[in-house]
Amino acid sequence: MTATMTPTRRRSHLTKGQLPKYAPWAVLGVALVLGAALINLIGFNAFGWGIFTAVLFTVGLVAWSGAVEGARKAKDKLATCLVVGSFLIAVLPLVSVIWTALVNGIPGLLTPGFLGTSMNGVTGAADNRAVENGTKVLGGVYHALIGTVQITAVATIISVPVGLLTSVYLVEYGNDRPLAKAITFFVDVMTGIPSIVAGLFAAAFFFLVMGPGTKTGAVAAVALSVLMIPVVVRSSEEMLKIVPNELREAAYALGVRKWRTILKVVIPTAISGIASGVTLAIARVIGETAPILVTAGFATAINNNVFGGWMASLPTFIYTQILNPTSPSNPGPSDQRAWGAALVLIILVMLLNLIARLIASIFAPKKGR
Amino acid sequence: MSKRIDVKDLNVYYGNFLAVEGVNINIEAKSVTAFIGPSGCGKSTFLRTLNRMHEVIPGAYAKGEVLLDGADIYGAGVDPVTVRSNIGMVFQRPNPFPTMSIRDNVLAGVKLNNKRISKGEADALVEKSLQGANLWNEVKDRLDKPGSGLSGGQQQRLCIARAIAVEPAVLLMDEPCSALDPISTLAVEDLINELKDSYTVVIVTHNMQQAARVSDKTAFFNIAGTGKPGKLIEFAETSTIFNNPSQKATEDYVSGRFG
Repeated sequence: MTATMTPTRRRSHLTKGQLPKYAPWAVLGVALVLGAALINLIGFNAFGWGIFTAVLFTVGLVAWSGAVEGARKAKDKLATCLVVGSFLIAVLPLVSVIWTALVNGIPGLLTPGFLGTSMNGVTGAADNRAVENGTKVLGGVYHALIGTVQITAVATIISVPVGLLTSVYLVEYGNDRPLAKAITFFVDVMTGIPSIVAGLFAAAFFFLVMGPGTKTGAVAAVALSVLMIPVVVRSSEEMLKIVPNELREAAYALGVRKWRTILKVVIPTAISGIASGVTLAIARVIGETAPILVTAGFATAINNNVFGGWMASLPTFIYTQILNPTSPSNPGPSDQRAWGAALVLIILVMLLNLIARLIASIFAPKKGR
Repeated sequence: MSKRIDVKDLNVYYGNFLAVEGVNINIEAKSVTAFIGPSGCGKSTFLRTLNRMHEVIPGAYAKGEVLLDGADIYGAGVDPVTVRSNIGMVFQRPNPFPTMSIRDNVLAGVKLNNKRISKGEADALVEKSLQGANLWNEVKDRLDKPGSGLSGGQQQRLCIARAIAVEPAVLLMDEPCSALDPISTLAVEDLINELKDSYTVVIVTHNMQQAARVSDKTAFFNIAGTGKPGKLIEFAETSTIFNNPSQKATEDYVSGRFG
């Protein structure tokens, strides 16, 4: 390893006592082989192989480093191994979820008409025929997609003004008054409300106002907004707080009124953060199942009216397809549709996250000269 | 346009804490007045009471009279917003609005108040204000670029342009050069000398050479100790303060023998 480049520049004493660059790879190779040998003693499986390899790698690298480089470097290597290990443990389930959804969902998603048809008129007999003759699975998620988009849109329309105005009050006018403290407390409490309770609240509320058994998309939207508002308040509050006070003072010093300062200086400065907070709040409620089941019911046909009639949504669609397959004797087609809908839901949430990033970068204060 | 400021028996409070006590001072129109003194002696606090920026801080208030050409800005029914559009302010750290272009920053005082202004008038105002702040030649080709892309000294002059675009009678400057390099400082000091022709300028500074260079009159503030209120010790012609002060504390401070 002592690569002498010139006679005068031998390996310097400054770089003495270091592991060679290939050390981690060498240890990894040995750990992989030893791990495979060990796991074969109790019966081979890939998961166990990974665990054994990780443990052997950590022990090997730390021991080698301790012998050559000393205790400080060995501790550093140990910490690095633990951090990387935790990262892998956190990422594995995520990758696994996406992989499973892709593998199971793609057949459903790629069936022609899956995104463009509803479940209206799709019977158990049709599913049985599809399985027996190997023909394409009928039915799709169009009605559920419409329902999810509409219910979430209405929930957003309700939550954003309420949430944003609340956070403006808390940051700009609250001044730690008792009212502001109470609002902060109740927003925290609202964050912890179980989603089914929010659904029951909305159902009971409309029961009182509109009459018993009112189940529409709007009721579901109210239930979702109960869940969304605290998230929007919290995220916009944080965003408004980090707007430098100097900007407010600069506006005041120009003779600008407080409400104009908030509207034209504070909110525009924080808008990218607020927008991405709102998008994340949408992503948080778009997958809610329980509150929608008790408020919007379940429909198999297309319903474009949020204010009348039962409505389907992607989560409730998945739930009913799995729990009550259209054809009890042949649940295969229902499974396929459910996984397809799950994939659509994941793609929707990912799109929302991308949109949040996009909004954040579009509205961010401009840099450059 | 410029107006004089007369302060009578002004006490400034943060909640129950008396920060500045019993200030009496007469600031002439079309002059440069410098406030000097050790850190924490209340000169910035006092400066902020001159355009009612002080009360933006929760719990802060002032008692006494501040007369702007004879009219008390703390009088009953006086709107702080009107006061502030008459008395502009430049802060210690340059604070251009990050969401706005250079042009919009200059027009901020007009646009944020939703005043109607034609494009021609706006262009004229932008050029006049930037000329007035000695910045026009440096930025005239990139008025639509964000103001945060300028250097620190340019940003500070942009803030001065923004402040004079609303045509105030008085311009308050709170250590405007403390975050700038010597060349930018020189540019701002030259600017202050020019601004004197049309504005009343009040400047807080920690730099005594700067006070000596730019100001006509100088006020020395001091504090007896931590927790005690700051007081105006001496107010006189700048040459008197630096060469022949009447108070021992002033002499100790300007000669560097303080404390």
